[in-house]
Amino acid sequence: MKQKFNIIESTCVPLKVENVDTDQIIPARFLKATTKDEKYFGDMLFRDWRFDAEDKPKPDFVLNRPEFSAFPAEGVHQILVAGKNFGNGSSREHAAWALAGYGFRVVISSFFADIHKNNELNNFVLPVVVPEDFLQELFDTIEADSEARVRVDVPSQRVTNLTTGRQESFELNAYKKYCLMNALDDIDYLLENQDKIIAYENKR
Amino acid sequence: MNTLFDKIWDSHIVDRIEDGPQQIYIDRLYCHEVTSPQAFEGLRARGIKCFRPERIFCMPDHNTPTHDQDKPVQDPVSRKQLETLDANVREFGLTYFGMMDPRNGIIHVVGPEQGLSLPGMTIVCGDSHTSTHGAVGAIAFGIGTSEVEMVMASQCILQSKPKSMRIKVEGKLGKGVTAKDLALYIMKQISTSGATGYFVEYAGSAVRSLTMEGRLTLCNLSIEMGARGGFVAPDETTFAYLKGRPYSPKGDDWDKAVEYWKSLRSDDDAVFDKEIVFDAADIKPMITYGTNPGMGVEVSGRVPALESIPEQGRESFCKSLDYMDFHPGDAMIGKKVDYVFLGACTNGRIEDFRAFASIAAGRHKAENVVAWLVPGSWAVMEQIKDEGLDKVLEAAGFEIRQPGCSACLAMNDDKVPAGKYCVSTSNRNFEGRQGQGARTLLASPLTAAAAAVTGCVTDPRDLL
Repeated sequence: MKQKFNIIESTCVPLKVENVDTDQIIPARFLKATTKDEKYFGDMLFRDWRFDAEDKPKPDFVLNRPEFSAFPAEGVHQILVAGKNFGNGSSREHAAWALAGYGFRVVISSFFADIHKNNELNNFVLPVVVPEDFLQELFDTIEADSEARVRVDVPSQRVTNLTTGRQESFELNAYKKYCLMNALDDIDYLLENQDKIIAYENKR
Repeated sequence: MNTLFDKIWDSHIVDRIEDGPQQIYIDRLYCHEVTSPQAFEGLRARGIKCFRPERIFCMPDHNTPTHDQDKPVQDPVSRKQLETLDANVREFGLTYFGMMDPRNGIIHVVGPEQGLSLPGMTIVCGDSHTSTHGAVGAIAFGIGTSEVEMVMASQCILQSKPKSMRIKVEGKLGKGVTAKDLALYIMKQISTSGATGYFVEYAGSAVRSLTMEGRLTLCNLSIEMGARGGFVAPDETTFAYLKGRPYSPKGDDWDKAVEYWKSLRSDDDAVFDKEIVFDAADIKPMITYGTNPGMGVEVSGRVPALESIPEQGRESFCKSLDYMDFHPGDAMIGKKVDYVFLGACTNGRIEDFRAFASIAAGRHKAENVVAWLVPGSWAVMEQIKDEGLDKVLEAAGFEIRQPGCSACLAMNDDKVPAGKYCVSTSNRNFEGRQGQGARTLLASPLTAAAAAVTGCVTDPRDLL
């Protein structure tokens, strides 16, 4: 869903697992939908880690732990913090729809897989890449205090662990930043650029 | 001093956005039923058509059953998704290889086989294994559904240019060592994120001597190293493979095309952002023990000891072994196998069936194994029959199913039950990939055949 970005300050959900692949974010059997129903995909987020075969919540999984189980809302659990190499594997954009549908606005990790990173951006979920030690410190902070807050400032491209005060800048190209802050997508841009496409075709 | 990647990429730049991505022209868009419906829905919402419908080719593959394809699909949800593609193709006027069409099959098997994927092209599809088409010397990569919509709307995509990496494999691959083993070996060495942010050019004498099928397998697995794509510069092997294919250029056009394709190589002084060299002699038949494709060992090897894993990765390592019900130090040989899957865009081609049959011939499928042999396309099926491989496999107790993605991701009925072990020639051993709770061991067609006839993990070299 197109949403304008500015500053997000929120508590976090820690997923301390490396190499989380998109098959885990949303298993293949939920890819048969033919519409972009984010609520449906959000309900299936991490389906096989969240629920057992009888649809009972698995108590150990982070989204089921009492301190993290509240659905994201303004200032609450809007940020997912995940181990390195998040979103590898399948290109399924359903994974980004599931994250967005659940209510996450930001995913912080030390490393993202390329396709999934683009998919998040195209769905107005912001991937924030931080150094490994920042990530580990953030996991420790949240472990010690589940109410710990993080500030993600898109205009200045800075992310702050508000408990320790540690701050890092993150990458975001000027074009994408403009899109995120103004809720515009790439197709809006390309449709306005059709003359150049035809000129390219004629020149080939 | 340009890399081949630079040459192809740069010749497709339509526009550059300042401090932003580049606008790249796309020669081919492939669509299957799973990642396209929301893109078509998006076009309808915007009230637009496909900008260049003649550059778009569609076919169902993920949901297709591997039996009775001439009858209605039983699963109503799968059927609806298949019917949706069918309807969208007609509404938007696109080329379609539907179910039972002799050209149908897994999109990444069909593209090269029909001569649709050609050297120097840019090719995308809403599927991470689009990297496969790099084997013909093209820039091919997987994209998300928003990007599929982007290409449908404009025949272009906005992308930041990836960095370039060259992986050279020098020397000769040993007996029983295939392109699959080579790829699993590279992933073990550089991990599943070792090539993230890069496009890979595969080079060196071991890569040059691979057949097209072998190159397709290697490029297919580029994404499992984290790379957006991987390719091999076109050469005589490529031209011989493409000549006479239905969509390949014909007559004078063919000669002109080959002349151009011959220029598609990295300059001798080209500089890569990263370069890695491997010795083919170090590579043995490989198999995975964990839940990502980088967790591989030699078939004759053991699950690594906990102490050999960096401390920060131990929690994930243990989670993975727990899922597989394996233990550090376990020998792989002798592990019991319940299922064997030969197929997928990784290993569903004729050479893979020849390899499997070479071990199955004169032997018999083990009693405890359920085997699914699924050709990548109807064209592969036809060749299997032409070569009489179907008879060899049937005599050994194997049945050949109808083409599709099948048990690679279990979107159809070919699901491995919870807790069961499957030696699979597919590309991913993620948790639940082949069915909820299923345990996957990735390997080559030779290793899969060795497991199928012995009922346990076996070094294929002992049976050759």
